[in-house]
Amino acid sequence: MDNKQEMPQIPEAVKPEDKVKAENITSSQTQMLLEIQRLEFTAIELNLYLDTHPNDQKALSLYNSVVPQLKKCIEAYEQRFGPLFHFGMSTSQYPWQWINSPWPWDL
Amino acid sequence: MWVYQKKLEYPVRVSGPNPKLAKVIITQYGGPDGELSASLRYLNQRYSMPTDKAKGLLTDIGTEEMAHMEIVATIFYKLTRGVSPEQMQAAGLGGHYAQHNHALFWSDPNGVPWIASYVQATGDPITDLTEDMAAEQKARSTYEHLIQLSDDPCVTDVLRFLREREVVHFQRFGEALNDVQNYLSCKKVF
Repeated sequence: MDNKQEMPQIPEAVKPEDKVKAENITSSQTQMLLEIQRLEFTAIELNLYLDTHPNDQKALSLYNSVVPQLKKCIEAYEQRFGPLFHFGMSTSQYPWQWINSPWPWDL
Repeated sequence: MWVYQKKLEYPVRVSGPNPKLAKVIITQYGGPDGELSASLRYLNQRYSMPTDKAKGLLTDIGTEEMAHMEIVATIFYKLTRGVSPEQMQAAGLGGHYAQHNHALFWSDPNGVPWIASYVQATGDPITDLTEDMAAEQKARSTYEHLIQLSDDPCVTDVLRFLREREVVHFQRFGEALNDVQNYLSCKKVF
């Protein structure tokens, strides 16, 4: 295992072989994303359920309790790895960070 | 409108290049029961739905299916990354390579391109929601076939996640169908 993979930034020019090697490395970025994915999945599942059960108070309060947790995780992630959203939903440090690698299919 | 999130709904890892597996998985990208069909079908049917539950559910499931299309695309991309033309050819992806190189394209494993007639919108909410329920079952069956064909445990894990989502969507569409049926039968009273 390559220790360099623990660093948050992935080199700009990564050879295909290196990327495949990186698949098995759990970097801090993928760890933080995993927490976001976990919380957002809870939100998605409750959202669909609430669409057909809008009067279920328990499900609604669970949904509402996930939202601030998710926001907190997204904020912490964005401070380290740049914007997760575009079109005015996230701010960016200088220079414009949105275009930075890695894109989801390369992570 | 839609806003992009620079992440996948579920993490995708592969054990290594595997063009043979990529060749069959492409069906959930651009095959008849794939994620493109699903997302476009639901997002397009929203406009003629009579109830708020159905409008909301089609919006949300249609949006989730777009995220699933991205997951399937990522699997194909990772399984074919760095694979030589000869290896593509040997895995039955020679035709894909000739037309698309390593780019993605919406087709089924036999190279048949995606067509709009895979989906329907009749404007009859009962008919359309019933089609949606059938579509979820067809996608579930396809994911089960792909799980049988998969020789990469990392890919199988993602396929299992996607299969489960079809089961949940089927359940939710059934509830929306009941709601629409109640709405229509109440309407007939006066």
